[in-house]
Amino acid sequence: MDYSQFLFMKQEIGLLIVFLAVFLYDTFMPRKALPALPAVSAGLMLILTVLGFSNCMAGGDGVETAFAGMYETSPIINAIKNVLNVGVVIVLVQSIKWANSEFMSVRRGEFYELLLVTLFGMYLMISARHFLLFVIGLESASLPLAAMVALDKNRYESHEAAVKYILTACFSSAIFMMGIALVYGLSGSLYFSGIHTAVAGGNSLMLIVAIAFVMAGIGFKLSLVPFHLWTADVYQGAPTSVTSYLSVISKGSAAFAFLVMLVQAFGAIYADVWEWMLYALIILTITVGNLFAIRQRNMKRFLAFSSVSQAGYIMLGIVAFNWMGVAALIYYILVYIFSNLAAFGVIGAIENATGKVSMDDYRGLSKTNPRLAFCMMLAMFSLAGIPPFAGFFSKFFIFTSAINQGSIAIYVLVLIALINTIISLYYYLLVVKAMYISDETPVVENFRSAASEKAGLWISIAGVMFLGIVSCFYTSILEMAKASEVFFLH
Amino acid sequence: MDATLPLLILVIPLAMFLLLGLFGNKMSHPLAGTLGTLGMGTTLVLAYTVAFTYFFSGDPSFVAENGDRLQHVVFDQTWLAFTKNLVIKLGFLLDPISAMMLVVITTISFMVHLYSMGYMRDHHGVYEHGFQRFYAFLSLFSFSMLGLVVATNIFQMYIFWELVGASSYLLIGFYYTKPSAVSASKKAFIVTRFADLGFLIGILVLSFYSQTFNFVEFTSAAVSGVADTYQVSVGTSEGIRNIFETAAAPTFMGASVLTWALVLIFMGGMGKSAMMPLHIWLPDAMEGPTPVSALIHAATMVVAGVYLVARLFPLYLMETAALDIITVVGAITAFYAAMVACAQVDIKRVLAFSTISQIAFMMVSLGVARPEFHHGLGYMASMFHLFTHAMFKALLFLGAGALIHAIGSNDYTEMHGLRKHMPITHWTFLIGCLAIAGIIPFSGFFSKDEILSSCLGNSTFVYIWMSAVAALTAFYMFRLYYLIFWWKEHETPEGHHAPHDQPWTMSLPLVILAVVSCVAGFIPFGNFVSWNGQPYDFMAHFDWGVATVSLIVAVLAIAFATVMYRKENPLPAKFKNAMPALWRWCHNRFYWDELYIFITHKIIFGLVCKPIAWFDRHIIDGSMDAMASVTNKASEEIKPLQSGQIQLYVWVYLIGALLLGGITAICIL
Repeated sequence: MDYSQFLFMKQEIGLLIVFLAVFLYDTFMPRKALPALPAVSAGLMLILTVLGFSNCMAGGDGVETAFAGMYETSPIINAIKNVLNVGVVIVLVQSIKWANSEFMSVRRGEFYELLLVTLFGMYLMISARHFLLFVIGLESASLPLAAMVALDKNRYESHEAAVKYILTACFSSAIFMMGIALVYGLSGSLYFSGIHTAVAGGNSLMLIVAIAFVMAGIGFKLSLVPFHLWTADVYQGAPTSVTSYLSVISKGSAAFAFLVMLVQAFGAIYADVWEWMLYALIILTITVGNLFAIRQRNMKRFLAFSSVSQAGYIMLGIVAFNWMGVAALIYYILVYIFSNLAAFGVIGAIENATGKVSMDDYRGLSKTNPRLAFCMMLAMFSLAGIPPFAGFFSKFFIFTSAINQGSIAIYVLVLIALINTIISLYYYLLVVKAMYISDETPVVENFRSAASEKAGLWISIAGVMFLGIVSCFYTSILEMAKASEVFFLH
Repeated sequence: MDATLPLLILVIPLAMFLLLGLFGNKMSHPLAGTLGTLGMGTTLVLAYTVAFTYFFSGDPSFVAENGDRLQHVVFDQTWLAFTKNLVIKLGFLLDPISAMMLVVITTISFMVHLYSMGYMRDHHGVYEHGFQRFYAFLSLFSFSMLGLVVATNIFQMYIFWELVGASSYLLIGFYYTKPSAVSASKKAFIVTRFADLGFLIGILVLSFYSQTFNFVEFTSAAVSGVADTYQVSVGTSEGIRNIFETAAAPTFMGASVLTWALVLIFMGGMGKSAMMPLHIWLPDAMEGPTPVSALIHAATMVVAGVYLVARLFPLYLMETAALDIITVVGAITAFYAAMVACAQVDIKRVLAFSTISQIAFMMVSLGVARPEFHHGLGYMASMFHLFTHAMFKALLFLGAGALIHAIGSNDYTEMHGLRKHMPITHWTFLIGCLAIAGIIPFSGFFSKDEILSSCLGNSTFVYIWMSAVAALTAFYMFRLYYLIFWWKEHETPEGHHAPHDQPWTMSLPLVILAVVSCVAGFIPFGNFVSWNGQPYDFMAHFDWGVATVSLIVAVLAIAFATVMYRKENPLPAKFKNAMPALWRWCHNRFYWDELYIFITHKIIFGLVCKPIAWFDRHIIDGSMDAMASVTNKASEEIKPLQSGQIQLYVWVYLIGALLLGGITAICIL
């Protein structure tokens, strides 16, 4: 065997080293040193992220494949991994205070180790060009998450959420495997490229059902409607740090993996089969997510439905079916990570200090905690897509890339998406209204956030403010997308 | 050229704006003023260095082997990439006119920064309220204006075009507690925005057909050997020429699309440069502090329209119909503004109308310029006049500012006989008047003479018309001069000081600008600026006949003004009574403002807006309300779906997956 192929997996190997370091630290360091574990893991992750951006972690200059074509790396794949790393760093920083709370002190190691394992699984999903590897990635990205959701052992909701999550995950895996089995039966191959060649001939009932099942399986991870029903309960029940991880990192990685899988395995029958499926899913996801979000009073449930509808927007990058769509999708994920983590940062800070998570408790927040309220406002503006914040640009680019595809149907789709942004504006501004335009006496007293929470918020808010106006982020992603030949079929 | 210096030219004023805007209130007044002035001083040095390097270094990216001056793109950074063609860049284009504008803007801006340190305080040395804000806005304006002139593409120009509009709005409304200032700022903003609508449509039309925003692609061809360097081509670069000049050239309503685009773009220029009928904002803009009037509404921003036409001049040459429109608009405006200027009492209004008239001179000069006549003399003359006018008009405005500061009023009837009390202001103002009147050897003589020569080359009628305007110019300027500085002075009331000259911060800019106005005429401008970059001898195109005639006309006009206004005498009243209608029309600016109010209030508001408002309130709002209530209802209805029961979740999941496959199968198979 040619061991040099492992050199393409620098990102994965780097993550593995981080994981081992955290694991060994947790196991062998004296008890006194353990409170530093959260900071150590955040620091190690930060180093990995910085290394990822410096060129030395790139697998190669162009598209490189390894292990008989099972594994692929390219500039854009490197970029999405870096984007996820950035998000993970923010999540880790934000979680430091929570992880050092009295309750978490005996199990803080679990949180970090499980988290890193799921991240490893997501890496594999992104780089996989063979369904077996993809499934391994999918499972290792899903199962540990159930344990993370259940971390809060003293709370009944946490148990319930974990059970719901694991059951739905099992069920969706079964459906997904069923889909793959059908595909294998049709094409005789589990390689994306092999399937691509085999299905190019035409479509059959079996193929359509197979693709529908595969979509349902990934739709679970992305919480697309109607595969989303677990989302709200799990987001509400899980500890806030786990929820923020679930909502941005897990979703972001699945979106990109979904794009690559659809394009490379089933790209040949895009216009014949799955284009319309995706249209239906997008319209359902955006609309239903919005309609549910309007009614929510619990902030975590509210953000759960908001993230459902955001996933619909992310899918627009897939139906665009061009490299601009790839760039827009990654950029959207990047911006979404920052905006959503800013919102979760505020929610987490308030929850850690006062235990309050209802929107009614946010009334008059601007008077007692003006800075937190300001961060929340910017996050809401960005999620709603108000210029000049980053969310506006990400929506703009993803709509542009979709429209570039050029069919009448996509104009209608984008129009529906646009109308939905108006609805979303309403509920995002409800939060702002509660915080700023409310005469009632504030519920939350003034408190000081921990330094770690502040740091996390600072990073997120900086991203929200500058990712859009400073154009080099999008432009460089665009360049990488152009160079990476996602649409080039081996 | 290294991009550092050019980048700093833009970054320093922007940084100053942010610094003074965000932290100005925490600084003391003198510190804020000094910081702003120092920042502008640094920019001035950098801009001079860049311009000097461009004109004199002989670098092959600036000057071709045969001596032609080239356009050089220092940097061009992609800002927003929408599609392959629709890419918005921000960059720095160095060519003769942008280098010249760098010099003009930084010079005047620095003078104004310095001058304002004295002007924005009262006689007891107390700083005006919002002094730091004033400097922040000045920096913002300087940044925007510099960004405008160095734009590499028309979209960047548009962005900065709006930014100068916004900063002009902020500065006109600086005294925001004064209702007249507030309404003036609104008026300026709305009128120029209206014009910019035409500009934007023009940009879209032009770039839709040509598939580019880039100036160099519109007007020039690449020079082999030197990257990022371009030469203005005989017409325009090949691609554009092919699109617009072939038999298949797109047309719209009888005129070619290019004509439409160019006229619409010129409409933006008409707004900013206050051409008739969009001139009405400029006289009112005098509500702003006087240094602002000098900087924005005399020397720099208002010539942006001229600069825009000059920037796209090779395109305009392809459609001489558009140039003829420019000539007509300019000629009418020049005459109109000169007439009105003869009958104003507010000294700043006289100067404002004089500015309109002089900018119209530049417009006419561009409109009559043709390469076949005198080597495109009109283009060079226009830019030359832009340069000299910026200097002497800034001088006049700053002088007027000194008078207003000393007297406390804009009205000349309250001034009279100030020459003894304010000698520096008097002498510098006189130099400004001589320059604008076109008396040899002051700078205005040379530039105006070239404009008249190029007019003569195009059409004798335009030449005579513009000469008449030149005579009027000399007349109203000296009327103003005599009324302010001569006549019998007013008694100083008990307990007040007699008016006197100002501190050095105000006098120094006056003296410097006066010196420039004396010598700027001798700059061999043709060596530096010409429409295609080929330097030529300016004296070779000097028409002694035209020069003599214009000089005689100017002297006669001044003599006439001297007879009428040297001392208080009944002559002006006699003239006024002989032609009461003319005087009334001129004094009331030909009732343009009333016409606008009639059109907007009676016709647009009454007949158009009211029905639309009704439609908006009842039909559009109604349907929106209906949509909102449907959304709310639906959201209420589907709530039970989220029951919290995992059995139901899985059930929906399975049904969803099967339906997704099933419906697709039914549709496709």
